[in-house]
Amino acid sequence: MGFWEMFYKNKLMLVGSGIVLLLFIVSFLAPWLALYDPGQIDLKNVLASPSWEHLSGTDQLGRDVLSRMIWGARISLKVGFVATGLAIVIGIIMGSLAGYYGGWIDAVIMRFVDIMFCFPTFFLILAVIAFLEPSIWNIMIVIGLTGWMGVTRLVRADFISLKERDFVQAAKAMGASDLRIIILHILPNAFASILVAATLGIAGAILTESALSFLGIGVQPPTPSWGNILTAGKDNIDIAWWLSLYPGLAILITVVGYNLLGEGIRDALDPRLKK
Amino acid sequence: MLRYTIKRLIFMIPLLLGITVICFFVMRLAPGSPTDLQTQMNPKSSVEMKERLKTLYELDKPIHEQYWSWLKKISRGNLGISFSTDHRPVVAKIMERLPITILINLISLIIIIAVAVPIGVLSAVHQNSLFDKITAVLVFIGFAVPTFWLALLLMIFFGIHLGWLPISGLRSLNYEYLGTGAQFIDLAKHLILPVFISAFGGLAGLSRYMRANMLEVIRQDYIMTARAKGVSERNVIYKHALRNALLPAITILGLSIPGLIGGSVIFETIFAIPGMGQLFYMAVMARDYPTVMGILLIGAILTLLGNLIADVSYALADPRIRIS
Repeated sequence: MGFWEMFYKNKLMLVGSGIVLLLFIVSFLAPWLALYDPGQIDLKNVLASPSWEHLSGTDQLGRDVLSRMIWGARISLKVGFVATGLAIVIGIIMGSLAGYYGGWIDAVIMRFVDIMFCFPTFFLILAVIAFLEPSIWNIMIVIGLTGWMGVTRLVRADFISLKERDFVQAAKAMGASDLRIIILHILPNAFASILVAATLGIAGAILTESALSFLGIGVQPPTPSWGNILTAGKDNIDIAWWLSLYPGLAILITVVGYNLLGEGIRDALDPRLKK
Repeated sequence: MLRYTIKRLIFMIPLLLGITVICFFVMRLAPGSPTDLQTQMNPKSSVEMKERLKTLYELDKPIHEQYWSWLKKISRGNLGISFSTDHRPVVAKIMERLPITILINLISLIIIIAVAVPIGVLSAVHQNSLFDKITAVLVFIGFAVPTFWLALLLMIFFGIHLGWLPISGLRSLNYEYLGTGAQFIDLAKHLILPVFISAFGGLAGLSRYMRANMLEVIRQDYIMTARAKGVSERNVIYKHALRNALLPAITILGLSIPGLIGGSVIFETIFAIPGMGQLFYMAVMARDYPTVMGILLIGAILTLLGNLIADVSYALADPRIRIS
């Protein structure tokens, strides 16, 4: 059964990819989809409850919450992809070096991974942010730099089992360089598990970004992000429930989408991994 | 057993050193040098004073010597003085807040075990039943819910809409005037929402893990043997299978400790609980670097200790581990 057939057979994956596709469309069409300018302050219309005019109400400055959420989708997409991309690149480099060469290189890299795993990730991220300015680029880099360890373990395990296989031995016998073997022969075979880790990683990065922005150390206002709209929700918790409800729902649906897609890809590409 | 424990303890030493190295380098991220930070706030600082501070912090020495003297200082339990206006030692500030964070995390762990284990076992034993399917959906959503958002919704519903539970702090204003029993109830009411939020993240993970584990154990030969010799289904599941499925869960609990500790920042900040997480958040916001570094270090050491306890109790429960 081919990849695309599996794709259509797996309904949950279809739902997941539908959600992810929708998020892409919303992000790219944000300037046209948002009815209001996300930064437009309207002091006569502060904390208005949801109505036909403002479907998700307005915030403490009278800005349209739905428009801010639409622009916020862009932020979460950007953070998810850049942070996870960074983590995946580091993870691939570390994991392939450790798995391919073994010996002391492996020992050093894996002890480093063990040490990094000792830190509560959220503590490490917050500590680094305390020393830098909180900005979208800084949090993307910090989330990436603290999220590569799982990928490293995964890639290393794949390399250890793949490097003994006949096709790798054949390439070696023909005199292929280590770099060529790693990139052209082994890495493509580890593709399935990396893709799954990346998809699930995006979900995790979006959750972390929203928590950081909620705490005021992530994406800074006036740039709208789902997390910092929720901060306003907490500040007005006794009057404006819509500020708390909708952005969180957006995060939940997004993360469900990426998780469904990730698990679906796992089942489709590598049936052996299926539980 | 003692041999195994000692072996684990020795294994911890390089990890502990690695933790201090990473902390030390995070500290180096500070914009400018640490002396700038103190002198910038003080307009009366002179070049001479800067030099004095530099010698005090030994910034004129090579980096490995700086690390070594910092390591000697922290090994004596000296984490420095807080930058905040109270100028108290960081260790004292952390120690007065650590008990409440550990208490909440321990209650959460107990709740996670008490709820997730039965859910996982039942959905494995009744695989593909309605119960299994419903919990699968709930677990999936549980993985995706931002806990701080769930906290907000629960505050709105139980705190504001229904008015049943307090939404911030640990004690009511009239706490001093209550009797012992009433004080206990007051504290418990303040803890319900924070503990639920803190446990929530671990629930989904452990119940999913227990289900997978139980499914694997049920298919083992020794379970078939037990059935073949006529052991009742009840005993097969709850004695033979459950014990074996529970063992690896100990490791999972150990692995969930950093997540629990890290999560304390979020729920303690939202519910205004005076624990280590809230202190950490306030220190980050105020750029109180000594406190930030101290808590980062303590958080990592707590994780290491949690893993050690998990490893040792795993070995206690499973003889195969301590022999190999």
